[in-house]
Amino acid sequence: MSIITVNNLTKKFKSLTAVDGISFAVNEGEVFGFLGPNGAGKTTTINILCTLLSPSSGRAEIAGFDCAKDPDQVRTSIGLIFQDTTLDVGLTAYENLKFHAYLYNLDRRLAEKRIDEMLAVVELQTRKHDLVKNFSGGMKRRLEIARGLLHYPRVLFLDEPTIGLDPQTRNTIWDFINTLRSKEKITVFMTTHYMEEAENCGRIAIIDHGRIIALDTPAKLKQMVHGDVIHVITTDNQRALAEIQKTFSLAAREENGGLVLETEKGDEFIPKLLHSLTMQTLSVSLKKPTLNDVFLKLTGRTIRDDVVADSKEVTREFVRSHRRAQR
Amino acid sequence: MIQLRPIYVICMREFIKFFREKSRLLGTLARPVLWLFVVGNGMGSLIRPRAGFSYIQFIFPGMIGMTILFSSIFSSISIVWDREFGFMKEMLVAPISRLSIVIGKTLSGTLISVAQAVIILVFIPFLGIHLTIRQFFEVVAVSMLVSFCITSLGILIAARLTSFDGFNIIMNFLVMPMLFLSGAMYPVTSMPPALRHLTLINPLTYGIDALKHILLRNGTPPLGPEFPLLLDLFIVAVISVVMLTFAALSFRRKE
Ligand SMILES: Nc1ncnc2c1ncn2[C@@H]1O[C@H](COP(=O)(O)OP(=O)(O)O)[C@@H](O)[C@H]1O
Ligand SMILES: [Mg+2]
Repeated sequence: MSIITVNNLTKKFKSLTAVDGISFAVNEGEVFGFLGPNGAGKTTTINILCTLLSPSSGRAEIAGFDCAKDPDQVRTSIGLIFQDTTLDVGLTAYENLKFHAYLYNLDRRLAEKRIDEMLAVVELQTRKHDLVKNFSGGMKRRLEIARGLLHYPRVLFLDEPTIGLDPQTRNTIWDFINTLRSKEKITVFMTTHYMEEAENCGRIAIIDHGRIIALDTPAKLKQMVHGDVIHVITTDNQRALAEIQKTFSLAAREENGGLVLETEKGDEFIPKLLHSLTMQTLSVSLKKPTLNDVFLKLTGRTIRDDVVADSKEVTREFVRSHRRAQR
Repeated sequence: MIQLRPIYVICMREFIKFFREKSRLLGTLARPVLWLFVVGNGMGSLIRPRAGFSYIQFIFPGMIGMTILFSSIFSSISIVWDREFGFMKEMLVAPISRLSIVIGKTLSGTLISVAQAVIILVFIPFLGIHLTIRQFFEVVAVSMLVSFCITSLGILIAARLTSFDGFNIIMNFLVMPMLFLSGAMYPVTSMPPALRHLTLINPLTYGIDALKHILLRNGTPPLGPEFPLLLDLFIVAVISVVMLTFAALSFRRKE
């Protein structure tokens, strides 16, 4: 059963078409990802889904409610973690959560119970009464996740959930999301421009210039590119080459003192290969195609403008904290 | 349409932050001290007491008005901060009406201003003004109305301000003129005609005049109330309602 249905959705900002007639459906309980470079239209799509923007045309529905016509019903069904932090750093963790609980009309007792429960989930119990000002980037993110879940939404939206965080914190955040999914029945819709992060999704829509150019599981998407690449070194590479040609009708080529061959399902192929070769094997390595290769194949560009994007993010964060200090 | 729990929590957030930011409380006290005892005394030596009032006593109602003006504008400008730092989104995606947000902000801004106006009353013993319990409550009531009016005006501005850069313009071209053209420092009737016209369209003028009715009860113009009390209250009330209506409407459109 699909919990998010998007039909021919378009959003124009004056002459710029940020979202260009996209359609997709997300099943209940799924982790669905939007992968695309900066400016692809990911945030704009989320803003429409969470009722902050109205679409120029097309329809978006969450849990059966129209995002444009029935915003209040949609809002109670969703939790959001925005690309830029939306915590009040002048309040404590507890106060931020309590504010949220009351906005969603939870009564006092229930609010207290949920706050403790969610702080435990994100392991921030000991920081309950500390000002958010003093939290690290990772802790703020975790607090936002706790807040987004406080009213038990059916769908959790995460817009670039780990942008600007170091790889270690990034992994911790993902561990949290995955444990959470094992405990609660929740649908996750996320956007990212990090390849590795997209790997966490059940299905991925690759988006570029406001259009979905591919939509499938990460494994299937990667199959679009080419097979896996196996690099093997033996005591007699020439004879190995001939044997591989004969047994598997595969054309290997010599490279770096070994043989390179391309095949599908490389992990299953390696045992067969080792079994059939008559000489001794010195080393075998396997390289799987990445989603970046998929993007490259589909668009002719790589998605990797991370470095620029991140430094921009850092600058923005700096300007903000600076201004905040001036206040 | 109007949700009580969200309004309550929006107010609580403002109160918590107000009491946490010591500099804001300090500013509340520092500004009137400066005006009353430095400017008030300096000017007071030039202007001879009339109708039994010293200049410093004369400007005291104006100082209450000034405190309300700054406090209310500051409170409502926090909307711009909320937008700039993203917190506004937290409110906008919640299942609450825009009207609840506007009411929450107006209510909290009004109450914080009244609290600050009351704090200013601690100077009364130093000014030789006698205040009865009844007068005290009258001051609180009028402060409430004036705070409500200015906060609504501030929210109307904040709803239209897209970035924080506009704040300085508002301070220099609206807030400061509103202070100087309000009868706070000098009687309205003693102003040149051009300035007097501007003063007459300033809601703060009537708010301060109403405070003069209470605090400078025996004063006679120009050092004393200059308009009938009922007219003062009526004008402030009408302007409040108009401001708040426009604020609620533009807030809705803007977001
Ligand atoms: N409010 C807006 N007004 C005008 N243009 C916008 C607005 N929001 C986004 N855009 C433009 O729409 C495009 C898509 O933006 P966005 O959805 O933020 O991309 P992403 O989140 O994938 O990086 C960008 O070119 C961006 O500049
Ligand atoms: Mg984005």
